[in-house]
Amino acid sequence: MSGHVGIQLVDALRVLRAARQDRDIVIAGMGAAREWMTLGSHPLDWIFVPSSMGQATSLGLGMALARPDHRVIVLNGDGGMLMNLGSLVTITAQAPANLVTLLFDNGAYEVTGAQPTPSTPAGRVEGDAVDFAALARASGFRSVYRFETLESWAGLVAEVLAAPGPTFAVLDVAAMPDAGGPRSPGPAAERARRFMAALGSRPS
Amino acid sequence: MFTGHQVASLLQRSGISHVVTVPDSTVGQWQDGIVEAGIRLVRVCREGEAWAVAGGLYLGGASPLVMIQCTGLFESGDALRNILHDWKLPIPSIVGYRSYLNQDTLPGDTCLVFTEPILDAWRIPFRLITGPEQYDEMADYLAQCLEAGEPGALLVAEGKA
Repeated sequence: MSGHVGIQLVDALRVLRAARQDRDIVIAGMGAAREWMTLGSHPLDWIFVPSSMGQATSLGLGMALARPDHRVIVLNGDGGMLMNLGSLVTITAQAPANLVTLLFDNGAYEVTGAQPTPSTPAGRVEGDAVDFAALARASGFRSVYRFETLESWAGLVAEVLAAPGPTFAVLDVAAMPDAGGPRSPGPAAERARRFMAALGSRPS
Repeated sequence: MFTGHQVASLLQRSGISHVVTVPDSTVGQWQDGIVEAGIRLVRVCREGEAWAVAGGLYLGGASPLVMIQCTGLFESGDALRNILHDWKLPIPSIVGYRSYLNQDTLPGDTCLVFTEPILDAWRIPFRLITGPEQYDEMADYLAQCLEAGEPGALLVAEGKA
């Protein structure tokens, strides 16, 4: 199963948090949102809770197109990615240089109890895990990475964030079967208004 | 019913910056006119994506519009629920109403059964456009939605599927 042993998600996010620039927009959904919130908050964090599962990449594309003056970093899971694989092609069709998609692949629908996804051997009748990096490469992402250890991720995170975009990186992470889903940090519409004010895109 | 240039002119007047779309045989014919008018076309692979892309554009300060067929509306329910109702982002849309004017290709097309109830169920106000004489009405309705900060759909009747 892809990612059934791997990097601890919160450790991977801690590395990202240290590398994140103040102007970076970070979109976090599902398990990544849950762990990202434990590390603090930032006015340009978009905690995508509640979400429509799978749409984080699409939301990120929209922000990246509207705000080429900001780097947009999307934190996605493999379950969400599978729900919107077409967005890989949509993204590369628009070629946003400022969009970085980080896929945290734990091979499971973690927040519902870690049932296997169809992309992992445990969820397939036969065959290997689906190679998300290969999918991204075939879709036309300009920079593609895969990380299996925290050390390699920490060593290259700055390169990933600075690479010619659109950029896609897969991190094999360990599933946390008992972690549950993220809790909304507050009324969604109010958070949207605050976010737009912080971004200076619309008056609060 | 309308040319691409007519639709593009209407969108320009309303300040639309991006059209996020999956084509059908009617709305797809408007793409060239929209691009020629300097409005950015974002082609998505499936309609659910369109609402989230448009949501991201709106959050970033752009003025997007979603342009899809009613079948795509059916497909994209959860995405529009999240963007329009959870986050309350007032994304306007143009929805092609398949088979409304002509059922020669698809007699008994169930799009006629479900389109308007689905719009009602998702609480998207809409204006039904059945003829070219409603061009100004389209423009007015779109302007009204944008000014009110409310989502709204122009439901444009189509002929053969």
